[in-house]
Amino acid sequence: MATPVKVYGPPLSTAVCRVVACLLEKDVEFQLISLNMAKGDHKKPDFLKIQPFGQVPAFQDEKISLLESRAICRYVCENYPEKGNKGLFGTNPLAKASIDQWLEAEGQSFNPPSSALVFQLALAPRMNIKQDEGVIKQNEEKLAKVLDVYEKRLGESRFLAGDEFSLADLSHLPNAHYLVNATDRGEILTSRDNVGRWWGEISNRDSWKKVVDMQKQQHSP
Amino acid sequence: MTTLIKLYGAPVSTCTARVMTCLHEKAVDFALVPVDLFSCEHKQPPFLAKNPFGQIPVLEDGDLTLFESRAMTAYVAEKFKEAGTDLIRHHDLKEAALVKVWIEVESQQFHPAIAPIVYEYFVAPIQGKSPDQGVIDANLEKLSKVLDVYEAKLSSAKYLAGDFYSLADLHHLPYTYYFMKTPCASIISERAHVKAWWEDISSRPAFNKVSEGMNFGEK
Repeated sequence: MATPVKVYGPPLSTAVCRVVACLLEKDVEFQLISLNMAKGDHKKPDFLKIQPFGQVPAFQDEKISLLESRAICRYVCENYPEKGNKGLFGTNPLAKASIDQWLEAEGQSFNPPSSALVFQLALAPRMNIKQDEGVIKQNEEKLAKVLDVYEKRLGESRFLAGDEFSLADLSHLPNAHYLVNATDRGEILTSRDNVGRWWGEISNRDSWKKVVDMQKQQHSP
Repeated sequence: MTTLIKLYGAPVSTCTARVMTCLHEKAVDFALVPVDLFSCEHKQPPFLAKNPFGQIPVLEDGDLTLFESRAMTAYVAEKFKEAGTDLIRHHDLKEAALVKVWIEVESQQFHPAIAPIVYEYFVAPIQGKSPDQGVIDANLEKLSKVLDVYEAKLSSAKYLAGDFYSLADLHHLPYTYYFMKTPCASIISERAHVKAWWEDISSRPAFNKVSEGMNFGEK
């Protein structure tokens, strides 16, 4: 029986839960080793050995140590092809390429403005950092343009890459979840008919609900 | 009979260059279909049908149409994995995984810091703006921290994913090429291992074929 893979990082981290969601979809047993980032666990020499940028997550299985959530997700899909959701990263090269382009779009176009907004609106107040209205406005505009493209696409297709839920949709879950649940700007997603429909579907997946439960358990009252 | 791959883009474009370099490394024939950026061809409906984000490049291979340059290089490197340079190390699980890691490092750490600097020096002037020193300085600071990690990595291996050239190194070529023409180039050349790595990867014939066409705003 295989040893569970290890994921290092707090479940509240968007990048950590991207990986956790993928492992749950793929039915790959894992152990989440939480880090106390407030205490600087992620900057300690032992951690820097496996993640030289001092960021979360890091990942280890029997063979290798990895960093970068989207690289970890691709690795999990390619190295455990027969487990769980077999089509998560496509079952043939054309499907995989179609999913990959939307995964890249998430990383290049959706992630930067949504991350900035999550930081400004949800995290900065908790960290007693002053919000920057200019940054908020700029990123709202950027994100709106991206979501206009998504709105059109999701009117033509049930999920981003086609009729099936894929790694591309999954990759959006963490930031979108915070936008909808931890800021007052959730309507940027929910007020768009097709994007709203898509958000409802992807956030209702069992795998994502488990991630949300894990986050609630970690969040101290 | 295989169809000829079509790449819609422009020779000066960093992301088009990224894909062309990969195609050359794999010795794959392709046709570059010019897209007229100045007349905003990439924002018009026929092009938007290929890439709804209105950006170049776009790759067509038979019935498959792709956007996002890094999805294109991944597709080409895998489809033609037995031809040309081995860019993805598919015979070795560990090497292949490390290539994936450093591809994402370029995408998520290096690119967000270098792209705004290249934009300020090369694109802003075309739009009649002066380079924004605040943006440049903020991103130089970020890029320096990333390059510190690269310097440490490249002191123990010749290339980013190991002692072999890979897609991870290739992805750095186009933006760094333009960056080296700016007053900020010293942050590369003052790091001995990063400098040696840059000189090595930028002298590869596949890239030289592409960099010939990368004359952005120069006479």
